[in-house]
Amino acid sequence: MTKPFMFEKPLGMRDTLPVLYETKASVRNKMSDEIKKWGYQFIETPTLEYYETIGEASAILDQQLFKLLDSQGHTLVLRPDMTAPIARVAASKLLKQQIPLRLAYSANVYRAQQREGGRPAEFEQIGIECIGNKSICADAEMIALLADVLKASGLQEFKISIGHIGFLQEFFLSILGTEKRASVLRKFLYEKNYVGFREHVKSLPLSSIDKQRLIEFISLRGSEGTLTKALDLVENNKGQDSLGELKELSAQLKEFGVAQYVSFDLTLVSHMSYYTGTLFEVYADQVGSPIGNGGRYDNLLEKFGWNASATGFAIRVDRLAEALGEPMQPVAPECILFTPERRMEALDFAKSKRSEGKRVTIQDITVVQNVDAFTRTFSEVHLFVGNGGNGKDE
Amino acid sequence: MNNSFLTIAMPKGRIFEEAAELLRKAGFRLPPEFDDSRKLILEVEEENLRFILAKPMDVVTYVEHGVADIGIAGKDVMLEEERDVYELLDLKISACYLAVAGLPGTKISDIAPKIASKYPNVASSYFREQGEQVEIIKLNGSIELAPLIGLAERIVDIVSTGQTLKENGLVEYAKIADVTSRLVANPVSYRIKEARITEIVDRLAEIIE
Repeated sequence: MTKPFMFEKPLGMRDTLPVLYETKASVRNKMSDEIKKWGYQFIETPTLEYYETIGEASAILDQQLFKLLDSQGHTLVLRPDMTAPIARVAASKLLKQQIPLRLAYSANVYRAQQREGGRPAEFEQIGIECIGNKSICADAEMIALLADVLKASGLQEFKISIGHIGFLQEFFLSILGTEKRASVLRKFLYEKNYVGFREHVKSLPLSSIDKQRLIEFISLRGSEGTLTKALDLVENNKGQDSLGELKELSAQLKEFGVAQYVSFDLTLVSHMSYYTGTLFEVYADQVGSPIGNGGRYDNLLEKFGWNASATGFAIRVDRLAEALGEPMQPVAPECILFTPERRMEALDFAKSKRSEGKRVTIQDITVVQNVDAFTRTFSEVHLFVGNGGNGKDE
Repeated sequence: MNNSFLTIAMPKGRIFEEAAELLRKAGFRLPPEFDDSRKLILEVEEENLRFILAKPMDVVTYVEHGVADIGIAGKDVMLEEERDVYELLDLKISACYLAVAGLPGTKISDIAPKIASKYPNVASSYFREQGEQVEIIKLNGSIELAPLIGLAERIVDIVSTGQTLKENGLVEYAKIADVTSRLVANPVSYRIKEARITEIVDRLAEIIE
């Protein structure tokens, strides 16, 4: 690699300039206020974690992890998601007193980008985890809170698609028999390759009825009626249980008052391989990728030595800001320009302004080369220049 | 942009005519100037559709980023680009295949043979699967020239009739994958504009096969 330009940043890393900073801060505050209203407590975890613990437990592909060595030679990772670190914290005995546990975070996560470099490798997620709560009401709470948080951020229209990885798995296994065969079909869904899925199904040594069931499976998307259609496709009891869960969830979402944001998609497969039950993605018009996702992960905490169920979601703050469209303009401060002999006057004036809650910049005018250019961005300019007299507004 | 308005990315060139014909057959009223217009954006108001005309290689890029909701793209491009889009339908037009070709009666050398292609990723993963260590040379066109002039021992390219290979005295050594055009959709559009996209898929599915 050639020597980078002095202003260059590593691939995928970005500076956040004032306008974006304000936008993100405002969105973050609105969302975290809403999350706190639901009784979740915010925590922070380290940016660096061990590769062997968090790196292994997280579902992010190995080649997407940023790895480095510490002074003892341990491999570290920049945390690729927050769910695994929170599972680690929750499993430590500190937090085991109050189960179910409701935790929240707002943090940057790191994923190396493979292509083009236009995409961020560091981005902020705001999310929650509800640990030790097996009830369907916990799943409903996730979706209801997700909807409330998005509404609080100012987003008017969005759509949450809900699937069930347990149902998909049981359905595939009941027809295909082996995990190996099921994983091939799952991969087609993960790659969003419906054409490949159909061709593969046609090539399988199955009865024409089973083939038809698999092909009809792809169209299991839409309103609540989808669940009834799915019930016609399953044979074994296990698949029915998962569908029963989704039906119950659907009923509860009506009670929570968020049913209008929700649709079902039983073909939904996430890149997060730790999900075990319901999972969901949320979409907003104008943004080409999901703005958030979540689901139930009942086996992850076991990796940290505690057998507990859990569910949660994460929202991409950058994509949400994009969906909101209108960037926040930072509040323009007032400016006090002074000459050295009147500094004391200027400082007192600034102090009184600040005590009123105003934003004030103080600047010695003798070092400003172009006063017009300098003062352009301020809401008001006060001059303390020359001999005596009061602060004059310009 | 309201929900029912849909942007379709169309490939310019070879695939375009067949794709336009297919859409007409499916009952879409496309304007007559569609076929020979030099405009890059065409709106068909009565259908609530907007077409953008892109390089075939770029169609999936427009769709992945969501500036086009759906698009018509060759499977060759999808294999090469591995974009995050839904592959909804095999349109079964512009059929051809990706193949390895070279001068007749030649063997590739044991040490890092050179392979020229417009599809470096496809070529690289194909030879890796064969356990061959190769050096890929990316070209943008007239790939057949490479073995003739000694740039590469083999090429990876699309073959439709085999005429170009024949005229240049090349033979096919292996077939990599069948290629047809596919209807692709942006993952978010597929959810947000589900009804419209499903309707288009159904209309097209009916006339294929």
